[in-house]
Amino acid sequence: MSGLKTENLSVQFGAVKPVDDVSVEIAAGRLTSIIGPNGAGKTSFFNLLTGLYQPTRGKVFFDGQDVTHMPVHQKVRSGLTRTFQILNVFDTLTVAENIRAAVQRRHGRSAYMFCAPDRHGPVEDEVDAIIERVRLKEKRNIRANDLSHGHRRHLEIGLSLATEPRTLLLDEPMSGLGMYESSVMGEFVRELAQDLTVVLVEHHMSVVLSISDTILVLSQGRLLASGTPAEIQANPQVQAAYLGTGRYDLPQEGAGHA
Amino acid sequence: MTRETVSGSHRKPPVAAFLSLLGVFAVLPLALRGLDISLTLGTEVLIIALFAMSYNILLGTTGLASFGHAAFFGSGAYAVAIAQQYGLGGAAIDLVLAFLAGLVAALLVGLLVMKKRGIYFGLLTLAFGQMFYIVALRWDDLTGGETGLTGLKRPAPFGLDLNDHITFYYFVLAIFMVAVWVIWRITHSPFGSVLAAIKSNEVRTQYLGYHTARYKLGAIVVSGAFSGLAGGLYAWFQYAAYPQNLFWIESGNIVILTLLGGGLSSFFGPILGAAVFVGAQDLISSYTEHWMFFFGLIFILVVTAFPNGLPEALARLLSLVRRPTRTTDASTAAVRAAPNRGTTP
Repeated sequence: MSGLKTENLSVQFGAVKPVDDVSVEIAAGRLTSIIGPNGAGKTSFFNLLTGLYQPTRGKVFFDGQDVTHMPVHQKVRSGLTRTFQILNVFDTLTVAENIRAAVQRRHGRSAYMFCAPDRHGPVEDEVDAIIERVRLKEKRNIRANDLSHGHRRHLEIGLSLATEPRTLLLDEPMSGLGMYESSVMGEFVRELAQDLTVVLVEHHMSVVLSISDTILVLSQGRLLASGTPAEIQANPQVQAAYLGTGRYDLPQEGAGHA
Repeated sequence: MTRETVSGSHRKPPVAAFLSLLGVFAVLPLALRGLDISLTLGTEVLIIALFAMSYNILLGTTGLASFGHAAFFGSGAYAVAIAQQYGLGGAAIDLVLAFLAGLVAALLVGLLVMKKRGIYFGLLTLAFGQMFYIVALRWDDLTGGETGLTGLKRPAPFGLDLNDHITFYYFVLAIFMVAVWVIWRITHSPFGSVLAAIKSNEVRTQYLGYHTARYKLGAIVVSGAFSGLAGGLYAWFQYAAYPQNLFWIESGNIVILTLLGGGLSSFFGPILGAAVFVGAQDLISSYTEHWMFFFGLIFILVVTAFPNGLPEALARLLSLVRRPTRTTDASTAAVRAAPNRGTTP
């Protein structure tokens, strides 16, 4: 299955150790969220999992295979991909062109030099299906640059889906979104988790608590706790870590959890 | 000049743009004769424009600034000249050799620089480009050293006399049109759209599963091959191959004229840049030997005021001329904005 595992994962930049000896298992087929106070090392951990950073020590396993030093494009091809906290879409391309760039590779067409990119039926069908899935049908021919922030977030998830991942890592997909947009995104992420292993880094606590199967808590680069949302809420260490920073309120009741 | 985004894929080839391009260059000899300017200037514009279009596969389409492109251009020129030293020639053979020489040279450089970005990419291409120059300068037996290989003869395809200015001009024009069309096709292909993605965001392209270094290598090789082709034509043009054809100043010129023409945002822009560059060189240098100073001044003024080069400058100028009635101005602006806004039913 498409689970992720880390063994003693650490990264060090000079004297700073954003991730320090983290060993976790992220179960396949579930929605796992990574939370923690600011500076806890969530994004660094994420970057280690997806190969944007190389670890100083430790290993990353995907599907039981050691992928620690696998080049990014090969990780993606084996079914592991991500989105970015700082929005990362192809600004100068339209929505359809963005998605097509990802789809055509899997159809083995990306080395074709002497035909149009948008006339191959199977590719176009898939492009349209993904655009519909991320709810951008009306924006198909609009440049990514001209989309609203929320739509760009959707487009970025569409780009990742177009690689046909088995495991999708979402780096703060709700950052910069309003309350309503966030809850829509939350539902959408929950929907994705029906077919995919999803790993989520997110600050919107109420959404995280309501949609996650499992939560990992990082604090100062180390794994502080892991468990179900209810277990995490009840964990005094977690409460202390959050209260200590004074930055986040961890909702006490099972906020909005069905 | 037709404005068109380099990255956008289009359903239909811009037939109208190609026909106007052909039309302009077909009547250019008449205009030059009227102005009492030698037609060789027109031929040189065509060849340098082809070089610029080739260069723009890297700069405009892939977003990579190479500062060593003269190496590929010069390799094409030397391939033709060296082949002739060994009794090998003919129009088809010359063109194929020039194309292949540019391709192989670009492959060699490309393998060494394909993993680099930004300033490192630029400086490495500059350094490797200069190595080609040094080789041409030192390998006397093969390249004729400092004096280059002179006394080259133009071929006579289909019994055409290419020593005749007009015949040569139209023969080069035919090759130019075909090559530019092929470059358009490649730029607007599935491969071209990967290059556009790399230009927009290389890391994100890797997260789509692309081994981006390979595509960059592909872009360098295609660009180098067409640069070599232009170099081969230039060897015919000057009846020789000189080390200067490989020199870094030549590499710098192609960057400057491509930017001047608005290559970053316009597919056909580099052609305009080449025309202005070659024209200005001829015109200004008949008044002063410091022509590069004045041209540099023009370049700085245009590019600081209009990052998208001359097409943008001309468009602004035209809109100033059309200013009188505000209503028409507003309506053209609306028309221009419409395609960007897309199709909201």
